[in-house]
Amino acid sequence: MLELRKDIFADERDDNLKEIGKGTQRQDMLGHVTGTSTYFDDHKLQGMLHLKVVRSVHSHARLRRIETTEAEQSQGVRRIIRGADVPRNLNTLLSLINFGKDDEPSLAVDKVRYKGEPIVAVVADSPREASEAMAKVRIEYEPLPTVFDVEDALKPGAPVVNETYPKNTFTYYEKYDHQKLRFGDVERGLAQADHVLEQRYQMSPIEHAPTETNGSIAAPDTNGRYTVYTSTQALFFSVDTCAKILDVPSNTFHFIGGTVGGGFGGKVDTITEPLCILAAMLTGRPVRYVLGREEEMQYGPPRGAERIYITDGVMRDGRIVARKVRAYFDSGAYTRLSSYAAVKCAAHLPGPYTIPNVYGDVYCVFTNRTPATAMRGFGVTAMDFAIECQMDKLAHIVGMDPMEFRILNAYRDGDMKAHRREAKNTALIECVQVAAEKAKWPLRDEFKRASSRQGGGGARAVVPAATREAHAPTVAAAQQRTVYDRAPATAPSREPPPPPPPRPQAPSHGAARFSSVFGTRRR
Amino acid sequence: MSKTALQFRHNGRDVAIFVDGGTNLLVALRELIGDMTPKFGCGQGGCGACSVLIDGELHLACLTLAETVAGRSIETLDGIKQGPNLHPLQRAFADNFAAQCGYCTPGMLMAAKALLDRNPQPSRAEVIEAISGNICRCTGYEPIINAVLAAASSRARA
Repeated sequence: MLELRKDIFADERDDNLKEIGKGTQRQDMLGHVTGTSTYFDDHKLQGMLHLKVVRSVHSHARLRRIETTEAEQSQGVRRIIRGADVPRNLNTLLSLINFGKDDEPSLAVDKVRYKGEPIVAVVADSPREASEAMAKVRIEYEPLPTVFDVEDALKPGAPVVNETYPKNTFTYYEKYDHQKLRFGDVERGLAQADHVLEQRYQMSPIEHAPTETNGSIAAPDTNGRYTVYTSTQALFFSVDTCAKILDVPSNTFHFIGGTVGGGFGGKVDTITEPLCILAAMLTGRPVRYVLGREEEMQYGPPRGAERIYITDGVMRDGRIVARKVRAYFDSGAYTRLSSYAAVKCAAHLPGPYTIPNVYGDVYCVFTNRTPATAMRGFGVTAMDFAIECQMDKLAHIVGMDPMEFRILNAYRDGDMKAHRREAKNTALIECVQVAAEKAKWPLRDEFKRASSRQGGGGARAVVPAATREAHAPTVAAAQQRTVYDRAPATAPSREPPPPPPPRPQAPSHGAARFSSVFGTRRR
Repeated sequence: MSKTALQFRHNGRDVAIFVDGGTNLLVALRELIGDMTPKFGCGQGGCGACSVLIDGELHLACLTLAETVAGRSIETLDGIKQGPNLHPLQRAFADNFAAQCGYCTPGMLMAAKALLDRNPQPSRAEVIEAISGNICRCTGYEPIINAVLAAASSRARA
């Protein structure tokens, strides 16, 4: 039982917590409407230098030679930073919780694994001088074969993206190349089903596109510490990540953040702070490192793409009796948080439904694409998208109303979930009922009367014995199999896509109305 | 690099700075004047976070060469408060929950002010049109539109 020590600070606290039903002003609102909320980039420091990063132009290449002599002599340049200057130039974000192996350098040394990977950092008096010096960095690449498709990456002989994971998959528990979920006997369930539906779902990477781009400012303090203003969404996480990469105790840093100009998950990767602090250490000056809009859109980490195959077995009365899922999470070139995203995929693949036979394989795959990161329910959203599309199609196949179909299959209190946890405090049925009512969607009486608190448990609470050996059960004689094959019929070619059709006359709204000459709005 | 002397009015006050050739108004305001209210979002005229008024007309500071504002009057969010009191638009934004992360808010407020200054009683469609060049990625457009309309109607009552 949680103990609340209400005696502490009792005199400073108003115990009236009756806030529901009335508006309460945000504490940062006054700062926002007066423009005085301080974002990381709103600090002007004496003698501040500017850091910019030279990025790989190849998606996969060996670095033969990095020549910086000319750049070092460029006007206004204070320092060129290379991989060898980074104290611990290999890290993985979740190493802080002992999950995964260090696989990503701050600055690439021997090889680049995605287009836009940082190779050299230039620190100069002004952004312009940094840009001019960047153009003078010469990098000799030896392009390597690339792989951009999650399934191609798992084929034998596929290019190895990240040598830390030679099979192009994240390794779970130092043993498994994917996440597994096994419950009941899915093959027998599918064999006995009246209808079997096989589908393929694909979700693209999605860029968060926050209005404020990722960035940070690091400044040497007089006490040997460094003050760091940052856009991070994960302040303490960033402190520890920087401490590890720079090989110093974490109390070396005083991180100041919390006012973030939009994040949505795209500011948890500690992208800018390590190099920014390192530059401040090497120059003894405040240093600012801000991603430009192009960098943010092109090389900032997106929500990872997912490819999901679902095979469901359903009976004529609408009960789902088996679900088999194979899913691939595109991690890009490095792990970052995708290993965790794949765990969440596996956790969500049965959906909020009671299905007696569930089988799932989820792979966290490395490709030569931009490393993926967190974004609003990453790992869950794509899986839920696939599952709920599938639910609509299944309802259609058995001729049921999609709302009633969900109520029929929803888990109820006392049911055993495929993860071997008892379902408690379930409320999907009630949610569907309310949604139907609000949408004036007619439900039959038996579904209006259904309750999450009734009909669960009993036979539905049993953990079925899982079968280990492969066997081919006899398929029900009357079974109907439906495959909506949306996959491209032939292997996807690498040819450039055809030119887009001519655009219709643009309506006069949005950014299109800005003149690029004077920055005024055309009327 | 040679610098150009530049004089203009900033929120009703005369200011003078020296700028490098090619310096844009956003950099001039933020780094040389020290007015941090216009924000950098894209530097390409796509997001509206740097919106300011030049002689009362809405402009994007990131696409305006600093030298072109010589002798003109610049207004930013820093200048719209009326003494210690919030501008009706600022009050309406606060009351209508029209800011989440707050980063687009300075630009939104300037776009809204440009609208109300020339059209005190805009229709909903005119408000939408007026802020259509300002991106809010927290996607709080509805409360923002409501706030602008609320400010217009409170001004009408006053």
